[in-house]
Amino acid sequence: MEMNIEKLDEIIDGWKCDKAAILPILQDVQRELNYLPRQAMNHIADRLGVNLGHVSSIATFFSSFSLVPRGKHIVTVCMGTACHVRGAPRVLEEFERSLKIKDGENTPDMQFSIETVNCVGACALGPLVIIDGNYHGNITTSEVADLVANYREK
Amino acid sequence: MEKFKSPSELESFVNGLESAVDHNKPKISVCRGTGCIASGASKVSAKFTQVVKDKNIHADVVETGCHGFCERGPLVVIHPSETFYQKVKETDVEEILDKTLAGGQIIPRLQYRDEAKIAYEKEKEVPFYKDQMRVVFGMNGHIDPTRIEDYMSFGGYKAFAQVITKGNPASVIDTVVASGLRGRGGAGFPAGLKWKSTAEASGEPKYIICNADEGDPGAFMDRSIMEGNPHSVLEGMLIGAYAIGASIGYIYIRNEYPLALERLEIALNQAREYGLLGENILGSGFNFDILISRGGGAFVCGESTALMESIEGRVGRPRVKWKRTAISGLWGKPTNINNVETWANVPYIFLRGVDWYTSIGTGDVSKSPWNGSKGTKIFSLVGKVNNTGLVEVPMGTTLRTIVFDIGGGIKDSKKGRTFKAVQTGGPSGGCIPSEFLDIGVDFDELTRLGSMMGSGGLIVMDDRTCMVEVARYFVDFLKEESCGKCTPCREGLRAMSNILNRIVRGHGRMEDLDLLEDLATTMVVASFCNLGQTAANPVLSTLKYFRNEYIDHIQTKTCTARQCTELIKFTINPETCTGCTICARKCPTSAISGETKKVHVVDQSKCVQCGVCFDVCNFNAVNVLSGPEIKDKLGV
Repeated sequence: MEMNIEKLDEIIDGWKCDKAAILPILQDVQRELNYLPRQAMNHIADRLGVNLGHVSSIATFFSSFSLVPRGKHIVTVCMGTACHVRGAPRVLEEFERSLKIKDGENTPDMQFSIETVNCVGACALGPLVIIDGNYHGNITTSEVADLVANYREK
Repeated sequence: MEKFKSPSELESFVNGLESAVDHNKPKISVCRGTGCIASGASKVSAKFTQVVKDKNIHADVVETGCHGFCERGPLVVIHPSETFYQKVKETDVEEILDKTLAGGQIIPRLQYRDEAKIAYEKEKEVPFYKDQMRVVFGMNGHIDPTRIEDYMSFGGYKAFAQVITKGNPASVIDTVVASGLRGRGGAGFPAGLKWKSTAEASGEPKYIICNADEGDPGAFMDRSIMEGNPHSVLEGMLIGAYAIGASIGYIYIRNEYPLALERLEIALNQAREYGLLGENILGSGFNFDILISRGGGAFVCGESTALMESIEGRVGRPRVKWKRTAISGLWGKPTNINNVETWANVPYIFLRGVDWYTSIGTGDVSKSPWNGSKGTKIFSLVGKVNNTGLVEVPMGTTLRTIVFDIGGGIKDSKKGRTFKAVQTGGPSGGCIPSEFLDIGVDFDELTRLGSMMGSGGLIVMDDRTCMVEVARYFVDFLKEESCGKCTPCREGLRAMSNILNRIVRGHGRMEDLDLLEDLATTMVVASFCNLGQTAANPVLSTLKYFRNEYIDHIQTKTCTARQCTELIKFTINPETCTGCTICARKCPTSAISGETKKVHVVDQSKCVQCGVCFDVCNFNAVNVLSGPEIKDKLGV
């Protein structure tokens, strides 16, 4: 992905180039670029006056960051307790079977990625899957294939 | 918008809004919490707004925060009749306006019906709501969370105005101590005592933090408060900051809560416009503002010192607490942390008085706030229960009332499912078996049973939930979330995970049980922070109450709950199979074969034990075998 330095600087300046704001800066950059490219992390380190090790320690500690590109449609399967007892592991397995990739991987055509999250706080609707920010509640394994097909066409 | 220059100006403005409310004007309240939005509430509310406008109907459409009964969303309540409709679709909107709003008729199709098919008309009559006491959630079904004036029209910010008028920070702290308010985030530390230590500590500036990193899987009340009534959190923080002498507040919010974040930002801007945040608030000389800090998806950041590390721009690892946070917290300054629900309780204590607040709950807090649990608590009632959602009840309400009266009992009880346990306190909590269903839930009772309140998740488990597998789930969760700083937590969890994974696969040994207890004890005494110190609770509580399940997994390779995939086999009972073919059609690996109206058969070499056939069979013809049964029936 082409990285736009100006856009990056705009984000960093929006946080007043404050070292303490490194977490929100990385979040904004990831929202823009869909992952954190090495070049972007280098640039952020330079601007904030910290070393790359510090940037990468934050980027690897917090689970919301990805250091590799992600697919166009991100399938996030909630693995919280409420979803777990109502069958989330089987839903995840079904997505993995259906897309032929594992949790944390992208499909070869970069259409889909599968991710898991600890809890999104919509526990009453478990098992729950979020695809591109849309919440799909009370998912059963038999609905997975149709759901994938719907997003593939978009 | 004019900034208020004095507390009396604010109070009279609020009084004006309160008296201007026309309680007889028809109002359509549409829940737009995350749960209802997931079920399509945005389309429903948009349609109401459009039709009301097009047809010039005399009614207000209010897009509110979460009403709690997420299972039945999208929820719509028609006021003033309080008619309660559930699972409302866009296509129902015109009919509701014609029949119910204009004609006063009920639409039976949209009414809530319990398991016995009894229909309920008004929201407060529905069993889910009937036994609740909604204080913190009181306004959720009425106000638009994006309008500060809505909050004010229910008396919002009046408590703050009165506190400023009185002008005595020390008396504010005395009031909170006397109320017995204890922290809703987990440990149940008395809020007033914490405030007092921070107020008395030396160092400037002082900080307050709202912990909105609601990481306990299965708990989402904080999210609903922020989405449904963000100003109640801000007002609580304003009162706290004034009492403590803090000039800066932080709200540390989870990355997974975009809607809550959006609504908090709107609320903060509105409060600033009215001069409720900023310099010289209400002409009192009190300066205070609130900043938002977003988390990055790390469970450990709910721990107060890890949270502060994260706000300061470092990796969220806990730090030593040889000085308490009240003395040396954020940037080394006196800091007071409470969670969302705790802050949201504060305005009501001032608005309705200490006597009212202490009349709710357990114990007698007149000598010390440690002697009881006062006020209400919001629980997220989820898992294998009929009515899932958020439930606010007085402290001390029994688990039986919560699970069976409000929750409507165990899901699929007609298919033979029965209550086994309820898990409280998130990954640091424990599982409570049925013999304790009649205990009143408060901070001290749960701790006595080897669990904890945590943030209030109640995950109901039935006879098809394997308790060894639940322990494995939590240990694996915590293994991933351990920050790795201290050895007992990092290595202890890894070792426990290895053992538990071994047991659920049928390779456990009896001596593993002693080893698990040994590891757990070490982690409790030697871990650095609370995450490690409490991480063994799920293992210890399941070993205590469900030891037989562990022994069955080890000795006879039997999973009593028929869940552990490596210990079970699916078969079809030839006597009850009708040959309807649904299992064969739904099987993801084509492991089931059979012709229409003839008995179906599972090919064990293809079966992945996903359980779809069991779930879809309408004739109870799918059997799940485990342990010696497998050899007896399948001969393998």
